[in-house]
Amino acid sequence: MITFSINGKEVQGQEGWTILEVARWHGIEIPTLCHHGALEPYGACRLCVVEVNDGKRSRVVISCMYPIRTGINVQTDTPRVLNVRRWIVQLLLDESPESPKIRELAQTLGVTPSRFQKKGVDFACHLCGLCVRVCQEVVGVQALSFSNRGLRKEISSPFHTASKECLGCGTCIYICPTGAMEQVFLRVHG
Amino acid sequence: MVQVSTALKSNDFRLATPAALAAYRESILAERDPNRTIIIVCHGTGCRANNSPKVADALRRAVAAAGLNAQVIPEIKDTGCHGFCSRGPLVVFQPSGLFYQKVQPEDVEEIVQKTLIEGTPVERLLYADPETGEHVVHDRDIPFYKYQQRLVLSNIGKIDPVDLRDTIAAGGYQSLVKVLTSMTPDEVITMVEDSGLRGRGGGGFLTGRKWRMTAEHGRETPGPVYILANGDEGDPGAFMDRTLMEGDPHAVLEGMLIGAYAIGSSEGYIYVRAEYPLAVKTLRQAILSAREAGLLGENILGTGFSFDLKLNLGGGAFVCGESTALMASIEGKPGEPRAKYIHTVEKGLWGRPSNLNNVETWANVPLIIAKGADWYRDIGTEGSKGTKIFSLVGQVKNVGLVEVPMGVTIKDLVLRIGGGVPEGREFKAIQIGGPSGGCIPQAHWDLPIDFDSLWDAGAMMGSGGMIVMDNSTCMVDVAKYFLEFLIDESCGKCIPCRLGLQRMREVLKEFSAGRGSLEDLEELDSLARAIKDGSLCALGGSAPNPVLATLRYFRDEYEAHILHHKCPAAVCKELITYAINPELCNGCTACARECPQGAITGTKKEPHALNASLCIKCGICFEVCKFGAVTVA
Ligand SMILES: Cc1cc2nc3c(=O)[nH]c(=O)nc-3n(C[C@H](O)[C@H](O)[C@H](O)COP(=O)(O)O)c2cc1C
Ligand code: SF4
Ligand code: SF4
Ligand code: FES
Ligand code: FES
Repeated sequence: MITFSINGKEVQGQEGWTILEVARWHGIEIPTLCHHGALEPYGACRLCVVEVNDGKRSRVVISCMYPIRTGINVQTDTPRVLNVRRWIVQLLLDESPESPKIRELAQTLGVTPSRFQKKGVDFACHLCGLCVRVCQEVVGVQALSFSNRGLRKEISSPFHTASKECLGCGTCIYICPTGAMEQVFLRVHG
Repeated sequence: MVQVSTALKSNDFRLATPAALAAYRESILAERDPNRTIIIVCHGTGCRANNSPKVADALRRAVAAAGLNAQVIPEIKDTGCHGFCSRGPLVVFQPSGLFYQKVQPEDVEEIVQKTLIEGTPVERLLYADPETGEHVVHDRDIPFYKYQQRLVLSNIGKIDPVDLRDTIAAGGYQSLVKVLTSMTPDEVITMVEDSGLRGRGGGGFLTGRKWRMTAEHGRETPGPVYILANGDEGDPGAFMDRTLMEGDPHAVLEGMLIGAYAIGSSEGYIYVRAEYPLAVKTLRQAILSAREAGLLGENILGTGFSFDLKLNLGGGAFVCGESTALMASIEGKPGEPRAKYIHTVEKGLWGRPSNLNNVETWANVPLIIAKGADWYRDIGTEGSKGTKIFSLVGQVKNVGLVEVPMGVTIKDLVLRIGGGVPEGREFKAIQIGGPSGGCIPQAHWDLPIDFDSLWDAGAMMGSGGMIVMDNSTCMVDVAKYFLEFLIDESCGKCIPCRLGLQRMREVLKEFSAGRGSLEDLEELDSLARAIKDGSLCALGGSAPNPVLATLRYFRDEYEAHILHHKCPAAVCKELITYAINPELCNGCTACARECPQGAITGTKKEPHALNASLCIKCGICFEVCKFGAVTVA
């Protein structure tokens, strides 16, 4: 057992657990987007940031991947953490103003659309990779993949053609937090 | 160019013991006449592009045709980059150090006649002091070289990089012999720790400490430990690592061999940018010849120590230089970073303990072993030991590659070595640390260049890129330029970097159009901090630096754009206007003929007029006017 603290409260977890797992076990809320308990963590959305002090220095880390260590002091709502979270939600909301999950997050953090809000896109994909991972890790096929890099990065089927591997099970649509998968699915399933 | 000795070509050539290496070196030195003239023709990438292979060919032919007395026939040697690329192609005579610049094949006959036969220099090919016009004969007296301390670069420009004999004659692999025959692995690590060497790839992590951590993790679990060299060098304008790999590849190999012995590794990789074909070729040849000589592979020099190396060609993306992306790329996966909460010294390549160092870091190692930790500690500053190689580019007279002790001031580097900014311009700032470094203004140019001072000043060492900027540079525009580079290079995996940087660019675009408000400056600052704190890897983690540093030192320039709708350097298109000064215009019609908009009218020999409502601010009139009559404000 590893003992450490979250927001001043002493907590315990097993070797190999992440901060997020222990926090959830103790009912401490940390927002997430690209995390799913059944899938390998991916660390892309950065919404789950927390501040960790190991006695030497204080760092902002992502709770969904950071392995717990004895004696660390975790804070889930410091000004630095809130600044990161607020900006991520702002950027996501401006990209994808109609997505229910993002709107809910925006509401809890008091974020409203800015003048940079994208027009004409309601459900932008955030490249959280849940669909790719669920397809591979749970369904067991590789009908989806990332392609391109940077601003042009997107979800597609390998080689951009209707995927022969796709079973049409729809698990990806179900897991997608933004609603973007419905469009992608049409292309992948063919 | 390849002068592999006959001994090296035969299959049984293998140096079986340290004594055999020593004897081999003796035999090479004995064959050489120390007084024989060696004519060195730079074959670095810059000089090659300017014809240096033709110069070397012409020299070989002219020398053969001159019917020289056997004692005076020079050796003609092709070497790596001498650093002074803006003066290339360079031809240097050794042992005298006579230095010729901008040599072309047509100059060769005169060089042979005057210098080789008559013993006098060809004046017009000498370096001339820009102030006095006086000629400088020897390379060591040229200010560009005089104020440098070339230690890591010491062999470059002297040895033929693909001739192992040259490396061995220059003392190559002596440090390897020293560690294999007289030091324990732990003593080697301790020596590197004591030297204070910090990584030259950007982060400045203590090399000895990294080695110790890797060695310890390696012992904890059975299985391989990997040694890696980072030669990905993706910074635009930087060519330190390329020069090392092209000019002295065996120094990198020797450093890695020493590291492998110290850490307990028998396998290594050099990750080199695929866009560096000459570096790839040179490294490949170096690996082959070292392997043939028994300096790589099984049972090196009969000491029982084995280590071999593979070359891996980089995927081309800037982010592939990041340690975890680099390892993913070697494994054949997409070159994307991953969280480093478990460090690569514990779980790196193929999940095994791995020690990655920059190629310049590796090339420092043989020096430290040869001369000792105390010697090394005497060079540099309290927190940054040794020398650092920089590529000095931009608005500076002497563009090139320089090596200086840590702690040299910006001013000394720009003025003494760089020769200052071109005539009629003013120094404004120096951008240090690559695309995510920072701009440091003239007011701070007494700042010593070392890891910690740069960090505190809002810049960073990075891999050693330096861009000198003069008063024609707009700092808002500069910040936007670097941001754009980083947006293009972002792998796109994490949201703060992918979307956050894009948002920063949107805000900067508004500024350069004279829009926005002072509150936007605060928002920009808070967004920059969110990206730094929230990004997955150090690309995003440092990408806001150019904006933060220019905001820190040039806030007035941002305010001029936002509050007064003016671009003080007259760069941002939407804020400038072109006009014609009737006093200076003599009606030559050059501008009117070139203007793509027909915005300029007037009769010949009469002052012209510019219609601002048609002008698209392409600046062509400004460029073509020989009389300074087109003004921009
Ligand atoms: C985006 C990015 C690009 C990088 N590119 C390089 C590179 O081209 N060469 C390099 O040596 N290090 C590069 N680094 C730093 C490496 O991650 C790593 O710290 C370094 O190779 C370690 O070697 P050192 O300790 O000898 O400096 C890069 C880091 C980042 C975040
Ligand atoms: S389609 Fe949906 S699940 Fe897939 S990466 Fe995009 S947002 Fe995530
Ligand atoms: S910070 Fe940028 S480059 Fe690094 S992982 Fe995130 S998106 Fe990729
Ligand atoms: S939930 Fe942790 S990074 Fe997305
Ligand atoms: S290439 Fe010749 S001096 Fe750089």
